[in-house]
Amino acid sequence: MLEQYRICQTTGLRVFQSTENLIKANAVVAVIFLAIGGLFGLSIALTRWKAVHLLPADWFYLALTAHGLDVLVVWIVFFEIAVLYFASSVILGCRIATPRWAWAAFALMLIGALVTNVAVLMGNSSVMFTSYVPLKADPSFYVGIILFAVGTLIACFVFFGTLVIAKQEKTYEGSVPLVTFGATVAAIIAVFTLASGAIILIPTLLWSMGYISHIDTLMYRTVWWGFGHSSQQINVAAHISIWYLISAVVLGAKPLSEKVSRFAFLLYVLFLQLASAHHLLVDPGISSTWKVFNTSYAIYLAVLGSMIHGLTVPGQIEAAQRKKGYNNGMFEWLRKAPWGNPAFSGMFISLILFGFLGGISGVVMGVEQINLIIHNTIYVPGHFHATVVAGTTLAFMAVTYLLVPLIFRRALILPGWAKAQPYLFGLGVAGISVFMMGAGTLGVPRRHWDISQADAILPYDFPGAANLMMGLNGMSAILAALGGFMFIVVVVGSILFGKKIDASTEVPIAPPEDARVVGEYGNEDHPAIPGTIALVGVFFVSFILYYFVNWKYLAEVWPLR
Amino acid sequence: MSVSPPQQKIWWNEPVPKSELIWVIIAFIWGLIMFFAMVWWHIYGEQNLSNESYRITAEDFSAKTEAMVEKYKVREESGYPVVHPPPGEDIYLIARLWQWWPILELEKGQSYRLHLSSLDWMHGFSLQPVNINVQVHPDYEMVLTITPDSAGEFGIICNEYCGIGHHLMLGRMYVVDERGN
Repeated sequence: MLEQYRICQTTGLRVFQSTENLIKANAVVAVIFLAIGGLFGLSIALTRWKAVHLLPADWFYLALTAHGLDVLVVWIVFFEIAVLYFASSVILGCRIATPRWAWAAFALMLIGALVTNVAVLMGNSSVMFTSYVPLKADPSFYVGIILFAVGTLIACFVFFGTLVIAKQEKTYEGSVPLVTFGATVAAIIAVFTLASGAIILIPTLLWSMGYISHIDTLMYRTVWWGFGHSSQQINVAAHISIWYLISAVVLGAKPLSEKVSRFAFLLYVLFLQLASAHHLLVDPGISSTWKVFNTSYAIYLAVLGSMIHGLTVPGQIEAAQRKKGYNNGMFEWLRKAPWGNPAFSGMFISLILFGFLGGISGVVMGVEQINLIIHNTIYVPGHFHATVVAGTTLAFMAVTYLLVPLIFRRALILPGWAKAQPYLFGLGVAGISVFMMGAGTLGVPRRHWDISQADAILPYDFPGAANLMMGLNGMSAILAALGGFMFIVVVVGSILFGKKIDASTEVPIAPPEDARVVGEYGNEDHPAIPGTIALVGVFFVSFILYYFVNWKYLAEVWPLR
Repeated sequence: MSVSPPQQKIWWNEPVPKSELIWVIIAFIWGLIMFFAMVWWHIYGEQNLSNESYRITAEDFSAKTEAMVEKYKVREESGYPVVHPPPGEDIYLIARLWQWWPILELEKGQSYRLHLSSLDWMHGFSLQPVNINVQVHPDYEMVLTITPDSAGEFGIICNEYCGIGHHLMLGRMYVVDERGN
């Protein structure tokens, strides 16, 4: 069967009709759930701000459960599926495999998301995103997640199928592009993740229905985190692919070394999933040997992967900019970067915040012993808002500014809003992360309605600084929510009312000569990247200092054996 | 570009730029240092979790705790027994919906074998302001030897969500300078 496609005037990519529709559907649902989940998030931050204390306790725990599911899972995974279809069908110029199955996957995911949301909103499933046994949710809560997971699994196989078709029909030559390679890594990790989820959630469903009498809590946590943490590693692989994608499309950047960047992605496939250990470092019944090996991803080999991308992504941007003539001093390439283009600014802010806030804090709290002073404090959400919101969500927002003209073929409305949005959102999320981490070091617990504990029999007073931090967190959440609101207005508004783009009005995003800016590497055209090396140096010094400062903090607590 | 196949078909034979190679080596060595830091701390550091834990039923743990309370109770506070066991003793702390029971009174600079378990759901032992955080499971008894090195009144917060009364689940621990003070 022959399928219809168009050639995008801007990029020269072949876009098939069925792919385009699938990407649109998945991206639109993703953005809707981002809006819903984001509102829940704002209400949580305002509740934990002592002076506001917005929600009553039962609504707080309900909103917290819904927030985790809707943004951490539904928004991110729907968007990732759109990215997978883009990275296979669009980038390889190939028709999508079994579009009907892809639509079935979409339907299952949507039904699953709705079923779980209804279960949560009914009020008898406030078990948090983690749904630790023996907290029991309504059976429909687990049914929804399982349906969603099955849909995602099908979508991953549609992606793999598309890769096979592209290879067979020879729509590209040589190896797949780096972005597709990264997306493949994300999809492989997704299959592992979803298998872990099925292994633990199917018995839990049966338990909630009364067919199984007992589920061991330690087993639950061990297997569940194979799903819960690994799903975040899908995000890492996906948003790093997007960093490469945006720098290629906006600046015409080319990887400094295909070999090094692909090697770094490969380390993810092999080692990232060991990170489920990060959640089990202070649990009984697990040996320190197991903890040390797994928490370090087998001697930090996945961290090595991320540290490599931390050099190669800004490095390829610097190289591309220098080839364009921004060659003065260390940082002209960075100063003269397209900071007014929200795709670029969003991508670069995502890169910086993910590395400095999310990456460093993640490694430090994953040290077996340091976890003792961090486990289940609000430091933990502080860390993962830096990775998943500042890193993944902001990268996804940035790439959306490219998808709107490319896939929806609409011009952005309110360009001024679009321009400011990544900065506002980035600032808000950076505040959320930093202040939650700060409150965490003062012992403030996560998932807690009221740290002033006015009604407790044996109250405990947190230091005033803790309340100050939680207030600042609330204010940052307002900024982030404003940034999120602007994103949704711009994107939804553009899709509905933006000026239609046809072949005659298309404006090239990158000047054509950019496609070959960085010449073949190894020759004299290959520019040095002193600015990136300086940035990486600053990063590394911060990393080392923060790492040892936390050992010092640990050394000050009561001796434990 | 990253959105097109590698320019060099045989990309895996390309030389790696020096700046990248050096960074990969530095990052790898840093990983080794961080890995062995954890091992080193197990040998020389003072804050490590023991690997000692047992399976136990809620009834058995409850009975052990009550025996300790009966033997070493010194007074009562807000309906909670305050227990002052002799140094070096095995001490027990129950986590249940929604309390930490009983109140332990320890002596500064002495070591105790603290046994932690939950009688119902999962809870999070969070000793404040010291900031020691440990996961507490039902059916598992975790044993850690603690040596309080500061005196005063300490709060025990639950930091694992355990239902609607989670934020009310608070306990207390006292550390006194010498016996009775």
